[in-house]
Amino acid sequence: MKKLLLGNAAVARGAYEAGVNFVSSYPGTPSTEITEQMAEYPKEEVFVEWAPNEKVAAEAVVGAAIAGGRAMSCCKHVGLNVMADPIFTDSYIGVNGGAVFCVADDPGMHSSQNEQDSRHYAKAAKIPMLEPADSSECKEFTKAAFDLSEKFDVPVFIRLSTRISHSQSLVEICDRVEHTVKPYEKNIPKNVMMPAMAIKRHVVVEERERQLREYAESCPFNKVEDNGRKIGVITAGISYQYAKEALGDRVNYLKIGMAYPLPEKLIKKFSEGLEKVIVIEELDPFIEEGCRAFGVKVTGKEIFTMLGEYTPALIKKAIFNEAAAESELPEKEIPARPPALCPGCPHRGVFYVLKKLGLTVSGDIGCYTLGAIAPLSSVDSVICMGASISAAHGMAAVRGKEFNKKLVSVIGDSTFMHSGMTALVDITYNKGSNTVIILDNSITGMTGHQDNPTTGKTIRGEATKQADLIKICEGLGVDRIAVVDPFDVKKFEQVVKEEVEKDEVSVIIAQRPCALLKSVKYKGHCEISEKCRKCKMCMKLGCPAISVDESGCVRIDRTQCNGCELCIGVCPFGAIEKKE
Amino acid sequence: MSVKNIMIVGVGGQGTLLASRILGNVVIRSGYDVKVSEIHGMSQRGGSVVTYVKYGDKVNSPIIDKGEADIILAFERLEAYRALPWLKKGGKMIVNDQKINPMPVITGAMKYPEGIIEELKGKIDLTALDALALAEKAGSVKAVNVTLIGVMAKSTEIPYEVWVDAVKETVPAKALEVNLKAFDLGYNFQEVC
Ligand SMILES: Cc1ncc(C[n+]2csc(CCOP(=O)(O)OP(=O)(O)O)c2C)c(N)n1
Repeated sequence: MKKLLLGNAAVARGAYEAGVNFVSSYPGTPSTEITEQMAEYPKEEVFVEWAPNEKVAAEAVVGAAIAGGRAMSCCKHVGLNVMADPIFTDSYIGVNGGAVFCVADDPGMHSSQNEQDSRHYAKAAKIPMLEPADSSECKEFTKAAFDLSEKFDVPVFIRLSTRISHSQSLVEICDRVEHTVKPYEKNIPKNVMMPAMAIKRHVVVEERERQLREYAESCPFNKVEDNGRKIGVITAGISYQYAKEALGDRVNYLKIGMAYPLPEKLIKKFSEGLEKVIVIEELDPFIEEGCRAFGVKVTGKEIFTMLGEYTPALIKKAIFNEAAAESELPEKEIPARPPALCPGCPHRGVFYVLKKLGLTVSGDIGCYTLGAIAPLSSVDSVICMGASISAAHGMAAVRGKEFNKKLVSVIGDSTFMHSGMTALVDITYNKGSNTVIILDNSITGMTGHQDNPTTGKTIRGEATKQADLIKICEGLGVDRIAVVDPFDVKKFEQVVKEEVEKDEVSVIIAQRPCALLKSVKYKGHCEISEKCRKCKMCMKLGCPAISVDESGCVRIDRTQCNGCELCIGVCPFGAIEKKE
Repeated sequence: MSVKNIMIVGVGGQGTLLASRILGNVVIRSGYDVKVSEIHGMSQRGGSVVTYVKYGDKVNSPIIDKGEADIILAFERLEAYRALPWLKKGGKMIVNDQKINPMPVITGAMKYPEGIIEELKGKIDLTALDALALAEKAGSVKAVNVTLIGVMAKSTEIPYEVWVDAVKETVPAKALEVNLKAFDLGYNFQEVC
C-alpha cells in the first residue's frame, strides 16, 4: 500500500518497520514530527519520549543501544551541537543494538538561528551519514541505517533538510519486523571510555573508517544515471530533486545517498571522460571538497551560493545560463509579513512591561524570541537555548552592578529545563545577582506544542511527575522567587522593578498558558469605544488584532481578536470593552 | 501528464496546511505522483506561509519556481499580491478577499496597499470572494480553508465525489459537518461580474 507521507513521518515509519525499541528526542523544527509520529505507534512496541534536551536524548539512545535495543534520536541541526559530546565518544564505543541519529538541517533558516551544515559532524566524529532525497528514501534509508549500524558497530546519521522533512511524497508501507533486544554483556574495554581503553578503540575506529569507505563504493544508495552526456552532476538530497527538474536528461548524474564517507573510486569513475563535473549541494562545499581531496576537478561554489535554499531555476541559470519563466510583477512596494506573537500570547504582557521599563533583555529561543520584533523591540540578544541566563551573567560580570539593575533574562519553561538550570546555578554559585524571568506558558510553544517536564504529561499524553520550577530554583540557591500573571501588567511591572533593584538573584515566574492550548478558552472579542482618545498605548502591545485605520482611529479586528483582554488592562481611559 | 503546480498562500494560523493536505489526498486518489511541500515552525506564528502541491506522472522538486504555478489559492489579499510572480502566464488565481494587517502596517512603518484586487483583475484570470462570510454561513470562520478548496475544486476536472471523500478523510470528525457545508458553499460559488 502506498501512502502520502511527510519525510519526517517516513523516517518514523522506517524506524518502526526496522523494529526500533526506543526513541528519545528533544523537539526542533524541522525534525519534530519524526518523534511525534513515533508516539502514534503502540507503546508496547516502542518506548518514545521527549527528553529535556538533545544531550540527554542522545545519551539515552547510546545506553539503549549498548543494552541491545534498536534506538533512535532526532533533532534539528543545532540540536546536534548539544548532542555532540556523547556522539563523538559513541563513535568509539559503537553499538550492540543499532543506533540512529537523525538530524534535520534548515537551509534558508525557515525556523532557525543559523544555517550550519551537519555533514561536517559525520566527518569529524567518523560516523557514516545517509542522505535521503524524498519520503520513500527517508523510510528506506532509515531502515537500512539500523542494519548498517549493527553491521559496522557504529551509530549512523540520517541527514534531512527542511524540504525533505516537510514535503509529503508517496511511500510504500510495509510490516514491522520485530527486533528482539540483543543480549547484554559487560564489556569494559568497549564500553568504558577512559584513556587506556579509548586508545585501543581509536584503532578500531580507524579500521572501521577504512571498511566504511570500501562499503561506500558499492552502497546501493549512491547511484549513477548515465544519460550519455558530457556534463556530469554530483548531487545529494533535495538538491538532486531540483537538479533533475532543472536539467532533466541533459546531464549525467551521480546521486550521493551516503554523504559520508564519500565513494572515491565511484566519483573518479563517474568523472572519467566528462568535459565538466559540477557539484550541486546546498550550504557548504562538503561533497565538492571531498572530490577535490580525491584529485577530481569539479565546479561547485564558484557558480553556486553557500546561502539559503536552491531552486530548479537557480540551477538552470547557474549551469546553462537559462532565464527563469516569465512572470507578472507587483507594481506596488508591499510590506513584509514577519511572524509575530499570536493574539492572546502571554509573552506580550512581559515584553510590554520590559520595554516600558527600558531594560536590557538577554533573550533566549522560543516564541518569545519574537519579543525582538517591532513594536515590542524589547530583546537585546539571542544566542542559543539556555544562553539568556549565562550570557546575562557574563554581561553583569563585566559591566557591574548598575548595569545589572537594568538587566533581565527571559527564558521559556521548556528552554529552562533544556539548559537554563545549569546557567542559573552558575549565577547563584558565583555570587551573581541577576533577575531571571521564566516564561511559563505550560508548553513547548515554538515547535508546535510538545509536552515537557514542567507540563506533567508525557509525549503520549499520560500523566506523570511534574517538575516544580519553584523547588528547582530554590534548590539551585535562589531565595527570591515570585510567581506573577504577565497579563496583570501593573503587578508584573511592580515586581520586575523591585527585583532588578535587589542585590541577590531573583527568579520571576511569569505564569499564563499559551493562548493556542485547547484548555485555554478566551471568549468573545474586544472593541474600542467612543471613549478612545487615540493615545495609542494599546498599539505598543504589537497585537496583530489592533491597528490604526485610515482616519487615525484605533480598530480591533474581530477575526483576529480572541478576547484575551490584555489591551483592556493597558488602556488608560477605559476605552476598550469586552463584547460577547 | 506533465506536472501541474498549485500554490497555497496565506497567513500563519489560517489553515493553509489542512487545505494542502486535502489537495494532496485528492491527487493521490486520482493516481498521480505527488509532492506536497509545507512550512512548519516559526512562520506559522502569523507570518506569510506558502505550501506547494505538485502532481503529474513524475514529480521531482517539491517547490514551485517563479512563473510556474498553474493555480494560486490565496487566503489573504496581500499574500495573493506577494505570490503574483509565481503565477504562470495564463494561470489562475483564487483570492479570499480578506485583509489581515502585517506587523509593519500595524506599527505604522508601512501602508497596506489599496486596490490589490482591482490591479490583479486587470492582469490575470482572477476569482475573488469573501470566503470568510461563506465559512461563517457554514457554521465556523475556521472553515474558510475548506470553502476555498471548494471554489478551487470547481475549476478542476477532478470529480466532485473525489473531493468530498478527501475532505472526509482529512478533516477531524467533529468538524466534518461544518466543513462539508463550507466545501459545498465554495463549490457552488458563482462570481457576479
Ligand atoms: C538546541 C536546540 N534545540 C531545539 C531548538 C528548537 N526550539 C526552538 S525554541 C524551542 C522551545 C521553546 O519552548 P519554550 O522555551 O517553552 O518557549 P515557548 O516557545 O513555549 O514560548 C525549541 C525546542 C533549538 N533552537 N535549539
